Amino acid sequence: MQTRREIYKSIKEIPREEYLAAGTGLCSGCCGLLALRLFHKALGPQTIFINAAGCLTLLAVFPFSPFRSSWLYTAMGSAPAGAQGVRDALDMLIAKGRLAKSEDLKVVVVTGDGAAHGIGLQATLAAIHRGLDFYYLCYDNEAFANTGFQTSPASPFGSRSGTTPATAATPAGHTRRKQDLFELWRAARPAYVGTVSPAHPLDFLDKVARASRLPGPKLFVSLAPCPAGWGIEPAESVAVAKLAVDTGVWPLKEARNGTVVHTMVPRQFRPVGEYLQRQARYAHLFAPTPQEQILRRLQADVDRYWKRCDAASVTRVV
Amino acid sequence: MRELLTGNAAAAWGARLAEVDYVPAYAITPQTEIIETLAQWIARGDMAARLVTLDSEHSMLTAAGAAAATGARVFTASSSQGLLYGLEMLYTVAGWRVPFVLVNVSRALAAPITLEPDHNDVLAARDTGFLQIHTETCQEVVDSVLMAYRLAEHPDVHLPVLVNLDGFYLSFTREPVELPAVEAVREFLPLYSPAHARFSASHAMAQGVAVFGGSAYAFFKYQMQLAAEAALGAHDAVAGDFCDAFGRCYGAVEAYRLDDAERVIVMCGSFSTVGKAEVARLRAHGERIGLLRLRLIRPFPHQEIAWLLTGRRSVAVIDQNISIGKGGILFAEVASALAGAAPPLLSFVTGLGGRRFRPGEFDLIAAALHQAEQEGGSAEPHLLFTNSEYHQLREMMRIAHGNGSGDQAPARRNRTSGR
Repeated sequence: MQTRREIYKSIKEIPREEYLAAGTGLCSGCCGLLALRLFHKALGPQTIFINAAGCLTLLAVFPFSPFRSSWLYTAMGSAPAGAQGVRDALDMLIAKGRLAKSEDLKVVVVTGDGAAHGIGLQATLAAIHRGLDFYYLCYDNEAFANTGFQTSPASPFGSRSGTTPATAATPAGHTRRKQDLFELWRAARPAYVGTVSPAHPLDFLDKVARASRLPGPKLFVSLAPCPAGWGIEPAESVAVAKLAVDTGVWPLKEARNGTVVHTMVPRQFRPVGEYLQRQARYAHLFAPTPQEQILRRLQADVDRYWKRCDAASVTRVV
Repeated sequence: MRELLTGNAAAAWGARLAEVDYVPAYAITPQTEIIETLAQWIARGDMAARLVTLDSEHSMLTAAGAAAATGARVFTASSSQGLLYGLEMLYTVAGWRVPFVLVNVSRALAAPITLEPDHNDVLAARDTGFLQIHTETCQEVVDSVLMAYRLAEHPDVHLPVLVNLDGFYLSFTREPVELPAVEAVREFLPLYSPAHARFSASHAMAQGVAVFGGSAYAFFKYQMQLAAEAALGAHDAVAGDFCDAFGRCYGAVEAYRLDDAERVIVMCGSFSTVGKAEVARLRAHGERIGLLRLRLIRPFPHQEIAWLLTGRRSVAVIDQNISIGKGGILFAEVASALAGAAPPLLSFVTGLGGRRFRPGEFDLIAAALHQAEQEGGSAEPHLLFTNSEYHQLREMMRIAHGNGSGDQAPARRNRTSGR
């Protein structure tokens, strides 16, 4: 099932223009980079990216930038405030006739989940509260990946990381559930909030294009399988992203002015175990002995999510 | 126009007369009157600017730097805990080389928490890359804000400027202030139109990018040091123009009854008013004493201070700050300025961003010490950097830009292995 696509209806309609040059210093198979590439295609070239410390900070390293558009690295905690400054400056310069309207830019915050969920959340909620006209892309690799993969509030229950090792005393690895960034953002009432996946480019681009019609804060969180941190082959990262949707682990949804709608619902959910088994960060759940209780809980969490969904939010079908 | 203004109102008038485009704000005592005053003027339409209240000083300084990086003229203000909360961004935005003016209304730091001033807050920003002007009177506040924009936007400088006034003693003290006409200010301070840092659709830029390796890091930090050194000369020129335009003249330092003084008191800020009164009183009792007020603390006017203090019988530095475990911060700074007197002292900078020592550098340091014993020392730092590092960076820039002239980092002065 999927909602009606309004702008991008076929894969052929995805812009061929590449605004992000190849050959960056990022890991091969990085889905954060793929998400940014898709995001940029939807936004077009008149764009400035405001970045917080994370993997994607390594895109622009002196004296090179892979962008045809503009880039400003700020700090880990305050990229949305940087977006505020750029937006306000552009508005004032245009209002005072010192910059032509045609020189305007779309202002986009790009951060990882570490910055989005914690140190940068205050600045984000404040920007939403002010109604800042901006975009926010969080590439969610479910950990502090750039520092070598430590647990972030976005890390899922049962995964292991550098700070939540799986040991005899801590057999689950990470014992907290993933913090719900979509709902945290939605509570602040932005114009648009959506989840996206690099495995579903049409859903992704259509959401960005539809959101861009709305003034105000437009926020996106993309699941971003991380080969190095998740323990998957670079060539498999998109397939793993697809499995996350097919198993119901990563619901694709959006909220325009607060109302949640699921945009792609699998006709039949695949078992969560299929998704987990592909990733070394969950290997301790399967060997040496399967941890059935933890695996059942992970499946139950997904089942409960979909059971509790407002029926109206999952029934809009093309 | 002559008005009775508090120090805070004088700071707000500085921003108004500079016709700033943007004011990111966050409330904190004793600075709040500045942003309230600006908010009222903007709401009434007296100022064509946008004021936005942020969620913290960290965000406020980020927004200020980002707006300046886009090409707007920006004003902001803070105090004390707020300045320190934003400290990460002071370093960051100064490194962006974007000019704007930050007024700090000095207030001592917790713990214990208090409201009254000292200079530990502003001196915590000492090493960030912000230039610092320390004011004594309400008149000097408005004048310094206007001069600060000219200095920050000077093409040889391109660094943000912090104008400091003491909380309570100046922020809430009313003094008669001569306000210049906006037309005269426009002539002194033309519209900001940056060539080096701006964002627009037809002018894509990457700003604030990462560097790998100590050489690249040190290169940009040295550029900032050289720009700050250039700000000494730029300040003289700007203050000269200001003097011509408005009849009020300011130096990097202020010499008060120094001509025949055998003993000198060194201090800064509003408490200097007290110091001057005490000097006058002591002089009436036959003491040949004078006062040196430090106005420009970054860049530090080493030579002028050395010139004014050398040959005196004794010097007392009154510090309104304490570096726990060391003592007065400005004492150490003034002592360093006197390194040329005796004994000879020299300063070397290296190791920034992990930059390694290069062969021959310790020989150079030893040779410089021998030379200083004959010719006298100097407090200005020797910046260690080799020709090969420099050429490597230029080559990288040439490749990146496809030509020989990178507009991102022009080398104004190359120093190989010290000065």
